[in-house]
Amino acid sequence: MSRKLGYAAVLVGLLIAPFVLYPVLLMKILCFALFACAFNLLIGFTGLLSFGHAAFFGGAAYITGHVLKVWGLPFELGLLVGTAFAAATGWLIGGLAIRRQGIYFTMITLALAQMLFFVFLQAPFTGGEDGLQSIPRGYLLGVIDLRNDLTMYYVVLAIMVATFALIVRIIHSPFGQVLKAVRENEPRATSLGYEVARYKLLAFVLSAALAGLAGSVKAVILGFGTLTDVHWSMSGLVVLMTLVGGMGTLFGPVLGAIIIIALENKLGDVGSWLAQVTEIEWFNTLGESVTMVTGLIFVLCVLAFRRGIIGELAARMR
Amino acid sequence: MEIFGIPLAAFFGQLLLGLVNGSFYAMLSLGLAVIFGLLNVINFAHGALYMMGAFLAWMGLQYFGISYWVMLLLAPLLIALFGMVIERTMLRWLYQLDHLYGLLLTFGITLMLEGVFRSFYGVSGQPFAVPSQLVGATDLGFMMLPIYRAWVVVASLVVCLATWFVIEKTRLGAYLRAGTENPRMVEAFGINVPLMVTLTYGFGVALAAFAGVLAAPVLQVSPLMGSNLIVTIFAVVVIGGMGSILGSIVTGLALGVIEGLTKVFYPELSSTVVFIIMAIVLLVRPAGLFGREK
Repeated sequence: MSRKLGYAAVLVGLLIAPFVLYPVLLMKILCFALFACAFNLLIGFTGLLSFGHAAFFGGAAYITGHVLKVWGLPFELGLLVGTAFAAATGWLIGGLAIRRQGIYFTMITLALAQMLFFVFLQAPFTGGEDGLQSIPRGYLLGVIDLRNDLTMYYVVLAIMVATFALIVRIIHSPFGQVLKAVRENEPRATSLGYEVARYKLLAFVLSAALAGLAGSVKAVILGFGTLTDVHWSMSGLVVLMTLVGGMGTLFGPVLGAIIIIALENKLGDVGSWLAQVTEIEWFNTLGESVTMVTGLIFVLCVLAFRRGIIGELAARMR
Repeated sequence: MEIFGIPLAAFFGQLLLGLVNGSFYAMLSLGLAVIFGLLNVINFAHGALYMMGAFLAWMGLQYFGISYWVMLLLAPLLIALFGMVIERTMLRWLYQLDHLYGLLLTFGITLMLEGVFRSFYGVSGQPFAVPSQLVGATDLGFMMLPIYRAWVVVASLVVCLATWFVIEKTRLGAYLRAGTENPRMVEAFGINVPLMVTLTYGFGVALAAFAGVLAAPVLQVSPLMGSNLIVTIFAVVVIGGMGSILGSIVTGLALGVIEGLTKVFYPELSSTVVFIIMAIVLLVRPAGLFGREK
């Protein structure tokens, strides 16, 4: 009962949020929340650490941007093509990476994603260093104009809530239970007769596809696709979001995404405030040192705070 | 003279540049393999420490007028100390956990180090002059051989082979290899394994710093020089497998040469060829060319 009330409260909060906060920032947070949830499906519920998820996120953003801008496809098809691209890439990268376990798996995903980074850097349609610009938002179902930020926000919110529900469904399905078994003890799952490699691959493809959906939506919202989104630092960022919020928890990645994006946006303000309070000039440059601060959070989380915020809360309440 | 329609001098020039890059690959992947063998940690910070080695050389010359030759010894020592502090204060707490946490921790350290250097020096590269003793080139008849590049290849090879000798042929190396197989048993024989772990990490990152100093005059000294390299090194490590010391050296050199030759014959592929080879190796021989499943 109280849980249902909680969900309802969150939903109401999300519905009125764009009247309080800047809608584009909110949409960006929603995209990253979905990206982190998709990533969490893999690390949190299958136990596979991918360091190449930027390839799906940023790659799908490019593809969606291209088909919307150059081919003139409608909004819905654009998202679908981007997601399909991410799923296909996920199938290729995942298929290669699951041939090795543990730390090698992570290194392979990182290396293959880097290869894709170079492909996108050189491919003429991405615009290289300049990025793919002026992607049109178009119309939902051919009628509703998405150029209005508020309309766009509600469309994005609907997509995100639906996808989140899908992820929850996957986790609680028999398929999700098998994934957890693989995470806990892979040899035992094999000995129980499960074809572990197929389950891992399917989880990887699902995760990649949903990460791609998040990237596609982000490209439409902001109207551009950039190299930053396919770079490995983006893969690192999504790991951090999930780690901060709590790996293997449902809402952890969402919370992590909110915190990290808010931090990226507000770090400059925090820096100037610190400079005022402490009178140390250096803090004024904090806004340009986002990587340094994210690195520090990374180190602190790994050393002292491995369960993440939600995980830590859950452990306290038990 | 031409070979497959490419001027011979350009061909050998790229071949040499490939060997130079290959030497860096070899030294870095060797350090990664030695660390992984004993600590079970993939040291993401390897690239950042390589970058710091190059920066120390640059800073030594720029601020204190310390020559390249002194820094070639001093920078690896300083980075080794720095690495040992990291190992003692942070990495040590993660050995009981999943190996992934070691990777995540060193990734965070990488971001911090890069961030610090970026906030001081920006992203553009700092030029570093070739030391006066190694300026110029000799004419070999079929090509001009830049002396500094030849020096890089020779110095790296000597360091790599010395490492191989120490690990495979000396008593100290025997302890290390035994520790890699079974640390508890080695400890039972009265060897201070925690100290050995610390020293090994220090040695591994010192190799990275040494490569960094060697690289300073060839490449520009920039805060991002390490992170661009580390991903390629990971691919090299996956291709070679981390089981064998000589394997790491050979794989590193060979991939550098292949990359250099790709630059001559099909430049569009030069940035991706290592990753393509990795994919092929994974399909044919998942454990890596010299690897064994752990």
